[in-house]
Amino acid sequence: MASPENFFSNAGRQTSPLRLLRNRVLTFLCVSLSLLTLVPLFSIVVLVVKNGLSLVSPSLFTQLPPAPGLEGGGFGNALVGTVVMVGISLLLAIPLGILSAIYINEYAPASRLSGAVRVVAKLLTGIPSIICGVFAFAVVVLPTHQFSSLAGGVALSILILPTILLTGEQALLGVPKAFREASFGVGATHFQTIWRIVLPQALPAMMTGIMLAVGRAAGETAPVIFTALFSQNWISSVMQPSASLSVLIYNFASLPYAYHVKMAWAASLVLVTLVTVTNVLTQIVFRKKYS
Amino acid sequence: MTLSAEESVADEGRHPIPVLPDAPVRREYRRRFDLLRAVSWLASASVVVLLVFILGEILTKAFPAVHRFGLGFVTGIQWSPNRDVFGVLPVILGTVESSLLALALALPLGLAIALFLSENFLPDSVRQAIRFVVELLAAIPSVVYGLWGIFVIIPLVQSLGGLLARHLGFIPLFEGPAYGNSLLTASLVLALMVLPTITAISRTALVAVPNSLREGAYALGATRWEAILGVIIPTAAPGIVASTILAFGRAMGETMAVAMLIGNSQRLSWSLLSPSNTLAALLANQFAEAEGIQINALMYAAILLVLLTLVVNMAGEAVLRRTQKATAGLA
Repeated sequence: MASPENFFSNAGRQTSPLRLLRNRVLTFLCVSLSLLTLVPLFSIVVLVVKNGLSLVSPSLFTQLPPAPGLEGGGFGNALVGTVVMVGISLLLAIPLGILSAIYINEYAPASRLSGAVRVVAKLLTGIPSIICGVFAFAVVVLPTHQFSSLAGGVALSILILPTILLTGEQALLGVPKAFREASFGVGATHFQTIWRIVLPQALPAMMTGIMLAVGRAAGETAPVIFTALFSQNWISSVMQPSASLSVLIYNFASLPYAYHVKMAWAASLVLVTLVTVTNVLTQIVFRKKYS
Repeated sequence: MTLSAEESVADEGRHPIPVLPDAPVRREYRRRFDLLRAVSWLASASVVVLLVFILGEILTKAFPAVHRFGLGFVTGIQWSPNRDVFGVLPVILGTVESSLLALALALPLGLAIALFLSENFLPDSVRQAIRFVVELLAAIPSVVYGLWGIFVIIPLVQSLGGLLARHLGFIPLFEGPAYGNSLLTASLVLALMVLPTITAISRTALVAVPNSLREGAYALGATRWEAILGVIIPTAAPGIVASTILAFGRAMGETMAVAMLIGNSQRLSWSLLSPSNTLAALLANQFAEAEGIQINALMYAAILLVLLTLVVNMAGEAVLRRTQKATAGLA
């Protein structure tokens, strides 16, 4: 019988060199594949910053785009258009999303309606964003015979509704049950509990969800491209076609004029900065919450 | 003090008031009308109705085309709006083909990163950083990928594709001439765009593999990669499959980057190096200028896109749910 020392010693049963080699090779492969994916990301960020920054100046944000072939000017109208359309979408999606989140988490978590709402939200997340545009085209553009920033806003609201609803539900779930029990315990009604206790607690997380939605809506092009279309001029009414940063990138990207292409890069810089900031803020808020 | 509620009830009872003794208590606990409850119920109901409304609206607008072209729309290979001939078979094939190619490219990369993030190759802080970078990849707008693709991937594919066509042109897949705007270009960028989906869901599946299984493998003398390939990946396999299916759904719905890179050609072609089209890109490119029956035809195409993505997404979700149940049983 082997003595304890012999039993636990590795002498004579070392892992074969071939197996160790295979182990090394696979680790190397895994590392290089992972690093390989950093290359395109790095390339995107560098190109967006390098090409975009060269154009950044106050006039870029306050002036109208130049005529084809000319230089100078900016994308002020597209910036305003994006703000207006994202604003419309928030106006429509926040009440609907947050109220539904309250219903499915506070009033009737187990009801059939709540189950249906969760399924619908999930399905809406999976629907391609261009379908939101097709829907807005059918319900706003066709009846009004007019491409408009209102149609763009409606399309974007469908896009961000599931984001706001689902993050809203997560935010409410994050409020400890004991808070609600304590509130009911001192005699508060359901409404008072939600309004005074649960919502203030859930508000920061809800705001994060909304910011995330803003970042997404501002960058989405597909829902806007044939609902709001594009315009060379300042926005005058929500019933008129409107420029937006995302469609500007699409339209200017393939133009043969260097200045217009640079404007596309500058607009990309604005959008990428926006989504990066909203994502970093989200990370900070949620990490604070759960650590 | 603790009995005060009961005492007050008893007090009420002693006074000669013309109500039943327990009336105040009843009023206290009766369910009041709650406006927030009513309004939030209404909101929830409208969310459900909204989905029905969206699908109904697109279906109604597609109906004239469905009625006129029937299934010939799906099997037709011609798309010429000026002759009112609409067939989307090449476009459906382009959608599936570009997405499958993107998955084939993205799966090894995504899996490598997911392993990197779930196993302890690296200190936790580095893993957090990589995770954040991959999440950022998901946040970059599609149209920015398109812009980048025009200036980076198209030249790359032009030079690389020329080589492929010259040396491997006898294979139909690589038949020349090689265009910059091609199926391959779109797939390369799509691969990058679905990478975060694959990484995130696969990582969750890999993290869910109980540590006892890892420990068991190591105790039997397995090297790290023998444990990964023999125990961890097989255990997490359903989750990895689910991530791939869901990424497939995302790839088919991606619009802008594809519309900017794929070349928008409805001609049937085997070659990866020739222009093609996808359903989403077709909608993006043609809706703004469409008139008459073409609008209905595009709505029909939109329904096909919804059906495709819906079926794929539901399959992915179903696999994911079963995975979660299965790994929960292991722990």
